[in-house]
Amino acid sequence: MSVNKLGKFAVIGLSAAWIAGCSTTATDTDSSTVAEDANSAANTDSAYGAGQDNATTSVIVEDKDTGMDSLAGVETVFYFDFDKSIVRPESREALAKHAAYLVSNPDARVVLEGHADERGTREYNMALGERRAKAISRYLTIQGVAASQIETVSFGEEVPVAFGHDSNAWQLNRRVEVRYE
Amino acid sequence: MMFKKWLSILFTCLVFVSSARAQLVIEITSGADQLLPIAVVPFGYAGMDALPEDVAQIVEDDLARSGLFQPVPRANMLSMPTREADVFYRDWRLLKSDYVVIGTVQKLPNNQYRVGFELLNVLSQKPVERHNSIDVSARNLRDAAHYISDKVYELLTGSKGAFSTRILYVTAEGDRKSPLFKLQVADADGHRPQVIVESKEPILSPSWSMDGRNIAYVMFRNRRPNIFTQELATGRRQQIAQFRGLNGAPSWSPDGKKLALVLSKDENPEIYTLDIATQKLERMTNHYAIDTEPSWEPDGKGIIFTSDRGGNPQIYRLDVNSKRVERVTFEGELNTRARMTPDGRYLVTVQKNDGNYHIALQDMKTGRVQTLTETYLDESPSIAPNGSMVMYATTYQGKGILAVVSVDGLVKYRIPSAEGDVREPSWSPYFK
Repeated sequence: MSVNKLGKFAVIGLSAAWIAGCSTTATDTDSSTVAEDANSAANTDSAYGAGQDNATTSVIVEDKDTGMDSLAGVETVFYFDFDKSIVRPESREALAKHAAYLVSNPDARVVLEGHADERGTREYNMALGERRAKAISRYLTIQGVAASQIETVSFGEEVPVAFGHDSNAWQLNRRVEVRYE
Repeated sequence: MMFKKWLSILFTCLVFVSSARAQLVIEITSGADQLLPIAVVPFGYAGMDALPEDVAQIVEDDLARSGLFQPVPRANMLSMPTREADVFYRDWRLLKSDYVVIGTVQKLPNNQYRVGFELLNVLSQKPVERHNSIDVSARNLRDAAHYISDKVYELLTGSKGAFSTRILYVTAEGDRKSPLFKLQVADADGHRPQVIVESKEPILSPSWSMDGRNIAYVMFRNRRPNIFTQELATGRRQQIAQFRGLNGAPSWSPDGKKLALVLSKDENPEIYTLDIATQKLERMTNHYAIDTEPSWEPDGKGIIFTSDRGGNPQIYRLDVNSKRVERVTFEGELNTRARMTPDGRYLVTVQKNDGNYHIALQDMKTGRVQTLTETYLDESPSIAPNGSMVMYATTYQGKGILAVVSVDGLVKYRIPSAEGDVREPSWSPYFK
């Protein structure tokens, strides 16, 4: 898949399976207390409670299906240099459109999902992906988007979109994906 | 003991030729004469049905993999005694085998087996270990074999074996664009894998509690990372952190009371400790840089972690009481994800040099740094509880696999992967 084509899609996570399967914890927002995972404890038939997780599936849907007309065709994936979290000049135009949309739709919520390439250790890359998502977040808040509309999440190197072990693949994977919830 | 003397000679040599690493590698590939020759004779079994496991073969494989032993091939054996009375020591001297392991497997009622074994010294013509036996169920015959390997290893090297330990690891299987992630546990030799949890969302950073009963790991849910703890025997799972932002890198304190973890709920990644009984969270670092990958020192007084506060990521030490931070690594373009050997002597890191990521070993006494691996994209080092071996993840023929290197860098082996990409190994402690 080419970079341009990627840009025309938004990634939507279908988490219905999760919520249905694990309602105890999925809806638990008090994160400082221990949430007993009743689901896995109750249904274990193997020694380790395996296979209890009906996990989420990511589905790619075209923008026009999401009803955000003003963002049709606007890129949702932004790329970064190696070990860097600086927003590139070529990202600014598209980001300005996202910012304008969020400012005029104060109820809209966006998740910025940061990613890293496979080089380096996994937890460090989690931190690096977050740093990239935060760089995009800062760019949006400077344009007037309320911080409460933005959430940053990092996937580190865990969810690559290109699978080679070369500089092309690494470049495609060092990215932040803009996802509307 | 002869073997101890031999070992000390070998290690003395290592210290002096450490700068000429390429030579050492050549030496090991052709240096079979430096290994201790031992014969593990097929164990006697009187039962009519075939045994589910070849116990002697498992022992032989364990000893060979340690890199300290050279097993005598079965095809060369002149006799296959199962009792000391039947051993002709002359046969084994001819084969230049210094030691012989013999044994029997006996079927007991209730699908139990009694595995007996003896370790014999060919030169003195006397048992090193008199007849010893262990009773196991059919599906635990491998445990009996690893128990024997541990005994032999300890008797002949003077240090505790780690053959009865286990490993945690993560596999990503199926379509690479939408893989199935599985957290698995297996014997240290990769056998008897069992799936602990599986998910379409990523799983990473598995770690053991010090008693080996509980594990902690990061698993994404609804596209956000969460930290879980889980009791292996029951599968009982607790979600212990689901803050906004990062929830990562859980590491159990040596006393089992706390978890060190990484949260970015207060803006940027910081190290916290969580008291498991009281659920009290304590922030341990305070810096605008990335602080991550905490790991406790064996005595629990310090936490080593990765920080890029100096520009590039390097390893720092946090004093748990004073929260004072000092830098530990200085060699290499960067050092990340450090682990300390159980004796506190060595620090193992992922070091980047000339664009390559390798496993490096830093002597905490002398400061000397040695690169242990030359494979590709090496990461996630995890140290055996006896401090002898480092298991790590690497890339081989385009696939993620696990590999092992001895702390002296001489012994290297790969753990073949059944399916998909394998990553994030975590070596268990000794089970009590």
